[in-house]
Amino acid sequence: MDSFIWQALAAGIGVALIAAPLGVFLVWRRMAYFGDTLAHSALLGLALGLLLDIDFNLAVMAVAMSVALVLLLLQRGGRLALDTLLGILAHAALSLGLVAVAFVEGVRVDLMGYLFGDILAVTLGDIAWVWGAGALALMLLALLWRPLLALTVHEELARVEGIRVDLIQAVFLLLVALVIAVSMKIVGVLLITSLMIIPAATARRLSRTPEQMALLAALTGISSVALGLAGSLQWDTPTGPSIVVASALLFTSSRVLPSR
Amino acid sequence: MNQNTPPLITAEGVRVTFDGREILAGIDLRVHAGEIVTLIGPNGAGKSSLVRAVLGLLRPDAGTIRLRQGLRIGYMPQRLMIDVNLPLSVRRFLTLTSKIRPEQSQEVLRELGIAQLLDQPMQSLSGGETQRVLLAKALLRRPELLVLDEPVQGVDVAGQGELYRLIGRFRDRLGCGVLMVSHDLHLVMAATDTVLCLNRHLCCSGHPETISHHPAYLALFGATAAAQLAVYTHQHDHRHDMHGNVIPPAEGNGHG
Repeated sequence: MDSFIWQALAAGIGVALIAAPLGVFLVWRRMAYFGDTLAHSALLGLALGLLLDIDFNLAVMAVAMSVALVLLLLQRGGRLALDTLLGILAHAALSLGLVAVAFVEGVRVDLMGYLFGDILAVTLGDIAWVWGAGALALMLLALLWRPLLALTVHEELARVEGIRVDLIQAVFLLLVALVIAVSMKIVGVLLITSLMIIPAATARRLSRTPEQMALLAALTGISSVALGLAGSLQWDTPTGPSIVVASALLFTSSRVLPSR
Repeated sequence: MNQNTPPLITAEGVRVTFDGREILAGIDLRVHAGEIVTLIGPNGAGKSSLVRAVLGLLRPDAGTIRLRQGLRIGYMPQRLMIDVNLPLSVRRFLTLTSKIRPEQSQEVLRELGIAQLLDQPMQSLSGGETQRVLLAKALLRRPELLVLDEPVQGVDVAGQGELYRLIGRFRDRLGCGVLMVSHDLHLVMAATDTVLCLNRHLCCSGHPETISHHPAYLALFGATAAAQLAVYTHQHDHRHDMHGNVIPPAEGNGHG
């Protein structure tokens, strides 16, 4: 097999490994649309990176992180219906990003690549970035696991029991922003959340503990990447969407299995 | 109840507002070790807000709230909503933030009647079971102060009295102070040392027997609530309008 396939697989597995364990928290905290909004804002980060000529991984993270913090503050203020707000922000950020990219002169940007991912074009540098950032994110998530789980169950109870909720919350959002930056080139901003949410939902029926669910979600994510990549090569279909289709198929089959 | 040691909670002149609307004003509160203090009052009286202010979850607009240094608090929140997608057993829930294994506290779990539920998913519990698991989580911390927000919510009437009896028994055993919210005085009477009747301000406070005949209490809850209790007369020191606000001294009899 050609080396680009192995590189694609390596990058895809790296993304799946970190996206799924973070995704279970998005599912438990009912933040799927929140993740989507952050992912869509990544395009704005890309445009900003190009305009200011800074590393776009950093720019994407910075923008995603800012959007996350703004959302957090708006949510804490209460009274604003969050789903409406997210609906507005997600598409406003996406469109603003598309418009901003058009303003960048002299640079031809492969928009489709950023919207749907271009996993077959990943370089060794991309893989190093995915695995490096992914390993860091996994380590932080492991450190955060207990308090994050406690505040997911009941935020105020966790606060009274001495957990530094705001700090944990901020680091969690930073991790989501990091994963979005990492996965942007691989699966694209429109599909990133599917690699976070669908494997988590697939793992649910087969898990009895939170840890089992995270682990199974990671395995499901990896299988989706492998199956999607294989299918894409076999039938010459776009790779990013093929991966999502594969993970949706895995989800559907998990519903047929008996619940635990 | 020991009045000689410094109180666990000392709150003075607490005022809380939301959007400029006053929720609580001029609240003084003291809870000593071994004492059960119950906040009663109608919906919207600010009971939960006062509890949240004591816990540091809400910043009062005025007044001071002091907790004894290093106070270990066991908190039982009013509601628990865990997403169905989170696989969490009762055992895991109880040990989320504490290292105490449920097995080491078999006695507490048995008394609360939840020892056999340890391997059940949290989401499969009934309302009453959830309340008892929440109480167990608070107790497993070996608290010096128990804060219970509507502890009998979702519990059937027979279970409510039982739960209050248990709270009293755990107070005796742990010697902890208890601050709890209720809107039903006659149920908590037996298990309460001091009652604070709230309606955005402090209507009256004292021993439950006294409170149940206090005109301010009767004005808030009506005679039916007190009918089950012995007759006792008391000097009315202020009046309320239909919204429960205190009528200013010029119109009423003044505010004590």
